[in-house]
Amino acid sequence: MQVKEYRPLIVAFCCNWCSYAGADLAGNNRADYPAEVKIIRVPCSCRVNPMFILKAFQRGADGVILCGCHPGDCHYTSGNYYTRRRMAMLFSMLDYLGIERERTRVEWVSAAEGAKFAATMNDFVKKVTELGENKRLEDLRCKK
Amino acid sequence: MQRIGVFVCWCGSNIAGTVDVKQVAEALKSEPGVVFSTEYQYMCSQAGQNLIIDAVKEHKLTGVVVCSCSPRMHEATFRKTAAAAGLNPYMVEIANIREQCSWVHKDMIIGTEKAIILGKAAVAKVNLNAPLTPGESPVTKRALVIGGGIAGIQTALDIADAGFEVDIVEKKPTIGGKMAQLDKTFPTLDCAACILTPKMVDVAQHEKIRVFSYSEVTEVNGFVGNFEVTIKKNARYVKEDVCTGCGICTEKCPQKKVPNEFNLGMDMRRAIYIPFAQAVPKVATIDPNYCTMMKTGKCGVCAKVCTAGAIDYTQKDEYIEEKYGAIVVATGFNPISMDKFDEFAYNQSKDVITSLEFERLTNAAGPTAGKLLRPSDGKHPEKIVFVQCVGSRCDSCAEKGKEYCSKICCMYTAKHAMLTRDKYPDTDVTVFYIDVRTPGKNFDEFYRRAVEDYGVQYIKGMVGKVTPEGDKLKVQASDLIENKQLHIDADLVVLAAAIEPDKSARPLATMLTASMDTNDFFTEAHPKLRPVESPTAGVFLSGACQGPKDIPETVSQAGAAAAKVIGLLAKDKLTGNPCIASSDELMCNGCSSCEKVCPYGAITYQDKEFRMPDRTTKVRRVASVNPAVCQGCGCCTVACPSGAMDLRGFTNEQIMAEVDAICK
Amino acid sequence: MQKVTREQLIERAAALFADGTVSSVLGWKRGEFDYDITPAVFESAEELEKEFVWNDFCGANFSKYLVSKTVKAEEKILVFLKPCDTYSFNQLLTEHRFDREKVYAVGIPCEGMADIEKIKKITGEGIAKIECGEKLAVTTIYNDAPVPVDPSDVLAERCANCKSKKHVAYDELIGDEGEVVSSARFDEVEKLEAMTPDERFAFWQGELSRCIRCNACRDACPACTCEVCVFNNPRSGVENKAPANSFEEKMFHIIRAFHVAGRCTDCGECSRVCPQNIPLHLLNRKFIKDMNECYGEYQAGEEVGTKAPLVDYTTEDLEPGEVFDRRDTDA
Repeated sequence: MQVKEYRPLIVAFCCNWCSYAGADLAGNNRADYPAEVKIIRVPCSCRVNPMFILKAFQRGADGVILCGCHPGDCHYTSGNYYTRRRMAMLFSMLDYLGIERERTRVEWVSAAEGAKFAATMNDFVKKVTELGENKRLEDLRCKK
Repeated sequence: MQRIGVFVCWCGSNIAGTVDVKQVAEALKSEPGVVFSTEYQYMCSQAGQNLIIDAVKEHKLTGVVVCSCSPRMHEATFRKTAAAAGLNPYMVEIANIREQCSWVHKDMIIGTEKAIILGKAAVAKVNLNAPLTPGESPVTKRALVIGGGIAGIQTALDIADAGFEVDIVEKKPTIGGKMAQLDKTFPTLDCAACILTPKMVDVAQHEKIRVFSYSEVTEVNGFVGNFEVTIKKNARYVKEDVCTGCGICTEKCPQKKVPNEFNLGMDMRRAIYIPFAQAVPKVATIDPNYCTMMKTGKCGVCAKVCTAGAIDYTQKDEYIEEKYGAIVVATGFNPISMDKFDEFAYNQSKDVITSLEFERLTNAAGPTAGKLLRPSDGKHPEKIVFVQCVGSRCDSCAEKGKEYCSKICCMYTAKHAMLTRDKYPDTDVTVFYIDVRTPGKNFDEFYRRAVEDYGVQYIKGMVGKVTPEGDKLKVQASDLIENKQLHIDADLVVLAAAIEPDKSARPLATMLTASMDTNDFFTEAHPKLRPVESPTAGVFLSGACQGPKDIPETVSQAGAAAAKVIGLLAKDKLTGNPCIASSDELMCNGCSSCEKVCPYGAITYQDKEFRMPDRTTKVRRVASVNPAVCQGCGCCTVACPSGAMDLRGFTNEQIMAEVDAICK
Repeated sequence: MQKVTREQLIERAAALFADGTVSSVLGWKRGEFDYDITPAVFESAEELEKEFVWNDFCGANFSKYLVSKTVKAEEKILVFLKPCDTYSFNQLLTEHRFDREKVYAVGIPCEGMADIEKIKKITGEGIAKIECGEKLAVTTIYNDAPVPVDPSDVLAERCANCKSKKHVAYDELIGDEGEVVSSARFDEVEKLEAMTPDERFAFWQGELSRCIRCNACRDACPACTCEVCVFNNPRSGVENKAPANSFEEKMFHIIRAFHVAGRCTDCGECSRVCPQNIPLHLLNRKFIKDMNECYGEYQAGEEVGTKAPLVDYTTEDLEPGEVFDRRDTDA
C-alpha cells in the first residue's frame, strides 16, 4: 500500500495586535507557508492557557506554536512577559516528561514581520515533520 | 442551540482564485448549528451586507460566520451589519480565508481544505458566543492635576481653556516647581521667571482652576470617569482667603534662622514666609518647626503686624473629598542626593555645589542677587569646573546613582558654562563629560556656540576626586582623548547631579494603581503609541514623572496629556469594550493571583456572603473586575488556578472549541 | 524519635483550652493502623488525652484544613505546625484562604517522619503494631518479637531531603527555633534531566500509568484549595474524573503541577498520600528548580505576601528556547 505523505497538524495561537497582523501581512505579501498551520486568534499571547496547548496535542496536533508581540511591545504592556515565563516553564516541563521539545515554540512576530511569520512557520513545520506524528501526547480516541 | 448562517466571500478572485468557495459553503452546511450557508462575490459590499441582513431575518439566525478577509479588515463592518439585522454584533465571527489562506496557499485542493477547517473553527466558536453589551459609566467632568510645576500648570491651563474644571494639588506653599528656581532656559536663554510667572498668574486667575497649595493627595478610589479623591490641606496657620500677601509678617518675624529651601539652603528665611515674590497663591505660610509661637506659645509678632488678621495659630489640617473624571500625574523630579558621592567633596566644601544651586547663585532673585560668588567666602571664582553625569549612566554604582541618562544635564551645563563666560570673560570654565548629548531643536548649535564662541573647555573624561585644600579645590581628572591625568586648582566645582522622580510618586502610584518602572518613573500605557497615558485608565502622565525631560518636552507632553483628558471629559458616558474578563464568584478562591498580573489594576476583592447547600452562609473573598478599567488581555484567566476568571468573547470554552474544530 | 513529647503538646493545648484562647485543636489521631495517623479536630482536653497522637507518623500538613475550619469557627482554633507545614500556612495566608485571626498556631519541631513503605522493606508486610520510641518497635503478624527499626533509616523522602527546620509562622513555639537547611532535594530531578528524552518518557510513562486518579494528591495538597477544581468543572474543557488513557494521566498531573507552580512549598504531601507511590513531588520540584534557576531563588510561603515567579516578570527573562539551552550548556 502506498503510504500517504505525512502532513503534520500545527496549531498557531496569534495575538491580535502583532502576530495575527503579521500573519495578515504575510498574506498581503503572498508569502508562502504550509497550509498545515491553522491560526487561532487571541487578544494577547497571555490569554493562552497551557490547557489549550495540551488540548491541541490531545486532539492530534503535532506541534503548537505561540506568537506574540516582541517583549516590550505588548499592546497590554506586560502580557507577553507573563507568557514568556509561563511557556518557558511549561515547555521545560513537557521536555522533562520526555515530550520532544521541537513540538512547542514561542516566537515573537510583530505586525511588520510578515516575512518572519512565514519563515517561522516554514521552519516550525519542517522541524515537526522531521519528528513525525505526535505519539507521546496523543489521545488515541481522538484519532480519525 | 444557535441558528448559524455561513457567508463565504469570493473577494472577487482573491479568495475564489485558490479556494473553491462553493465547496466551502457546502461543507459548512452540515456543521452543528448551521442552518444556512451561501457564498457571494463581495460580502462587504452593500449587496453582500444586505444578503446577510435578509438571511438573518428569513432564517431567524442567531449567529453569523463570515468566511472572508482578516477580521482586522472587516470585523467591524460585519458587526454593524449584524446589528442592522437586529442581531447582537458580538454574535459574528470571521474565518480569515484570504490573508491566512487563499493568499498564502497556491493549491486549490489544499486551500479549500484549510478554508473549510477555518470555517468550522469559526462555527464552533459562534456556537458558544453570547450576546455582549458594552458597559457604560458616567464621566465626572472635572480633572485633578497632581503637581504644580510647569507640567501641571500647562496641563491644567489647557484643560481649563477647553472649559473643564481643574484642581491642582501642590505640596509646596506655591506652584511653580523647579522651573521657578531656574535662571535662564536653554536654548533661547530667556529667563525662566519671565515665561513661567505669567502662566502662574493665568492659573491663579482662571475661573475654572482651583489651586490646593501646601496640600497632598491621601486617598484615591474609583476608576476612570469616577475617581473619588481625598486631598489633605496642610495647616499653614494663615487664612488663605484673608491673607493679602503684603509680606510684612515675613519681614517682622524674629525667627531669622530658617534655611531657605527655595534657595536650596544657601540663605535664610523667616519662620513665616512666602517662598518667592511671584508665588501663587501669594499667601504666607508658618513653618511650625521653627515658629517660636508654635513651639513655645510666646511671640505672636506676625499676628500683631498682620492688619488683615489672617494669622491663625490654631488652624488644623483639612481633608477635602472631591470627584474627578481624570487624574494627571505631574509630580516631577528632584536632583539626587550627593551624600554618597564622597569623591566630589560635596559635604566637605561649600564650594562644591549642584547645578540647581548654581542656578540660584546666578539668579537675580537668588541669595547673591545674581552675582556669581563662592558660597564659602563670597569671592568671585576664577576657575570653575563642571562635572557631568554625576550619578547618571551609572552602571556600576547602582547603590548611589542611576543607570539612566538624566537627559537635561548636557544642555544646562552648556548653558551655565556659556552664561558664565558671557558675564565673566575672565573666568576659566572647564566641563568634564562622558558624552555630550544634544538632540533637540537648536540644541547642538547651542552647545557648539558654548565651545566655539565662548571658549568653554570641554574635556572628555571623568573627575576622579575633588579635595579641598586651602581656598582651592584640587580636582583630579582624566582626559580620555589625550590619555593623561589632569590636576586643576578650581575655585568652584559644579556637579550635574542625576535627577530622580519625586519621592511622593511611589505612594501616589500605589494609590492610583498606576505602574512604575524600577526607577520609580511612571510607566506609559504604550511606550510609543500611548506615551502620556498610564496603563491605568483615566490616569495621565505629564512631565518628568514619566522620565527625564527638559522644559520644551515637558510642555509638549503636558499639552498632550491635557488633550487626552479633554477627549475623555468631553464624553458624557464611557462605553467599554465588552470583551473583558469576568470572574465566576462561585468558583473564585480570592487568592489574588489575577490581581497580581493585571496591568490595569482592574481587579478588586470583596467579601461576599454565599448560601451553602446546607442552608448555612459562608463569607468568602472574591474577585470582581471593573468593566470600565479592564482592557481584555486575558492575562488573569491563565493566572487563575480555579478557572473562575474567564474572558468574554474569548472564553476558555470558545478557544477549546476552536482547537477541537481545527484538530478534528 | 520526636524531641517534643505528646504529653508536652497535650499539656500546652489543655492550658490554652483552659484560659479560653482556643476552643478546638487541629491535631492527629490514630487511624486504622498505628502508622495510619489521620487529622482530627479535638474539642476538649479530655478528648486530646484520649486520642491525640504525636509520633513519627504524624505527617499530615494541617494548613489546608484551616481553609474550611476557620470559615465556620466562632473562636480560635489551635493548630500544630511542623516547620514544613508553616510554609503552606504562609502561602495560604498570601492567598487569603483563611482568617489568621481565628488561628492559634503552635510551632513544633520535627525530626522527620517515617515512611511505612521503607519500614515494610525491612520488616516485611503484615505490620500489626508499631511502638514509637528511640527505635521503632515493629511487630508483624509473622513474628512475635518486635523488630527494632532505626527511624533515621526509614525517613520519608521529603524528610530525608528536609529543606527547613525553621518555623516561618507561629504564635508560639514549643522547642527550639530551627534553621533553613541545605538539602539534596533537587538531585533526583537532575538525574532525570540528565537522561535522554526517551528515557525520561519511559520513566514517566511507567510512573504516571499507575495513577488510579484517586485524587489523594489533590485532596491533600495545601495549594489545591480551589472552590471548584478545573477537573471537576464541566465547563473548564478539561473535566476528567478518571483517566481513560495515558494522555489523561499526563494531562492531570501536568495541569495540576502547573496550577501549583510558584505556590507549591514542596511540602511533599502529594507523594506521601499517593497510594501508588508515584513520585509526584518530582514534578513540582522540577518547576521549583526551573524557577529558582531562571528567575532567582524563591521559596513559596517563606513570607506572607510575596509575589510568585509566575505572577511576576522582568524584561530580561530567558526566552523559552533559552531555558533549554541553559540546561544543555550546563550539562
